[in-house]
Amino acid sequence: MSEWTADEMMTVTAARALAGRISCFVGIGLPSTAANLAQRTCAPELVLIYESGTIDTRPRTLPLSIGDGELAIRAQTVVSVPEIFNYWLQPGRIDVGFLGAAQIDRYANINTTVLGDYRQPEVRLPGAGGAPEIAASCREVVVIVRHRARTFVDRVDFVTSVGYGDGPGHRERLGLRGRGPIMVITDLGVLQPDPETCELILMSVHPGVDLDRIAAETGWPLRTHDSLGTTPPPTDEELTALRSLTTA
Amino acid sequence: MAELLTLAEGVAALVHDGDVVALEGFTHLIPVAAGQEIIRQRRRDLTLVRMTPDIVYDQMIGAGCARALVFSWGGNPGVGSLHRLRDAVENGWPVPLRIEEHSHAGLANRYVAGASGLPFAVLRGYSGTDLLHHTGTVATISCPFTGEQLTAVAAINPDVAVIHAQRADRRGNVQLWGITGVQREAVLAARRSLVTVEEVVDTLDPLPGAVVLPWWTVTAVAVVPGGARPSYALGYYDRDNDAYRAWDAVSRDRSSFGAWLSQLLGSTAGFPDGAGSSEVAGE
Repeated sequence: MSEWTADEMMTVTAARALAGRISCFVGIGLPSTAANLAQRTCAPELVLIYESGTIDTRPRTLPLSIGDGELAIRAQTVVSVPEIFNYWLQPGRIDVGFLGAAQIDRYANINTTVLGDYRQPEVRLPGAGGAPEIAASCREVVVIVRHRARTFVDRVDFVTSVGYGDGPGHRERLGLRGRGPIMVITDLGVLQPDPETCELILMSVHPGVDLDRIAAETGWPLRTHDSLGTTPPPTDEELTALRSLTTA
Repeated sequence: MAELLTLAEGVAALVHDGDVVALEGFTHLIPVAAGQEIIRQRRRDLTLVRMTPDIVYDQMIGAGCARALVFSWGGNPGVGSLHRLRDAVENGWPVPLRIEEHSHAGLANRYVAGASGLPFAVLRGYSGTDLLHHTGTVATISCPFTGEQLTAVAAINPDVAVIHAQRADRRGNVQLWGITGVQREAVLAARRSLVTVEEVVDTLDPLPGAVVLPWWTVTAVAVVPGGARPSYALGYYDRDNDAYRAWDAVSRDRSSFGAWLSQLLGSTAGFPDGAGSSEVAGE
């Protein structure tokens, strides 16, 4: 089982980022797959929370939406939508927010609203959902997104969810209480914000991925960390668990 | 107070052209049949409100029922775009659609304020986002006690809220459980409400954790078994994920949507602006 796809590498790496966490507020799609994998591998006690109000849910199949019945019947409790945002997310009780993105920029700001001008959009995307407050209020944020030039842009067309805004100190000036994105996991590598500049820099490259390709797929001059590493490949156990996840 | 009506009677009596209408449901218990009845009755110029407009709002928008949409996430969950919504926003088809968009936390709190009889609600939200520049019902305020900067969202009080619930009794007390979203707040915030239910029972057995809307808070109840399909009703039927996937192809272009709409209506007489016709208006 030594072969794997780029998406599998990404999902496995993202799941590992949840090791040791107590609770995770999960977005649908790639984050949900990775969070469910984490629960089956490195973080069996992980409390998964979906914005539909399902708290500590252990779905047996991957949900297609954030409100599938499987999430409700397998939850410790189900609360209303105002409650999940006001009582659970807003006070900063949740360790990790796990988000996807249509665009992400060098300061890890996320756009899921429009491509192009807001009033005359080239592409109208689904919008904010829970993401702005997840990005603001979770103690830390992990982003999982495929590494493409159209996605990794110098500045997002629309700030739906704030990463580090314009750079150092901006989150504090905005009164955001969570730390912000600590890791961006892609199908090519792993990026983290530079502690000084808040700019995303390349921390590790997935096995077999060419550095030039990552540079070509990034819309700003991407810096690499001094001790740039290679991401550990997926283990057989991780791949088996991932491939046994079936979508509803 | 809660009248037991047919769905057609309920929509005719409670949903009027130009109304602000909230059909709420957060993946679960989506009032799909009621939305399609609104299409059949050819309502126009509605301001549709919903946190998570999904395929029934795509249908209503594509049919030309709406002139405005207030929302926080408009997509086909796990599948992709709402193509009719996109066509309305990007190309003004079949009619231009004004949008007012929020985060989930923000729109949920607009309902909370509406249900609470307050002019606004307070939250930590929107800070640093571009939503602040485009959404008039969001503002920054200072805490009167600490001076901290917080966010206010205006109350929303729809003319009518429409929800689907598992069951009601003969007096019109309504009971729903599982993921109950923002439905209680929507009904309590609205001036009128229409609740479709899977069944009417003689007595509602109390169910721990269930949301109950007493008969004196509900305007009308209509029995519509399967009225949430292809979403689901916990305890009654499962979500039809294949139907959500299939909607992607149906809604992707105007002619296949038009064929779908013709089938829903039997005819498209009375639909202006090309909605429901197989002719593709100039893009």
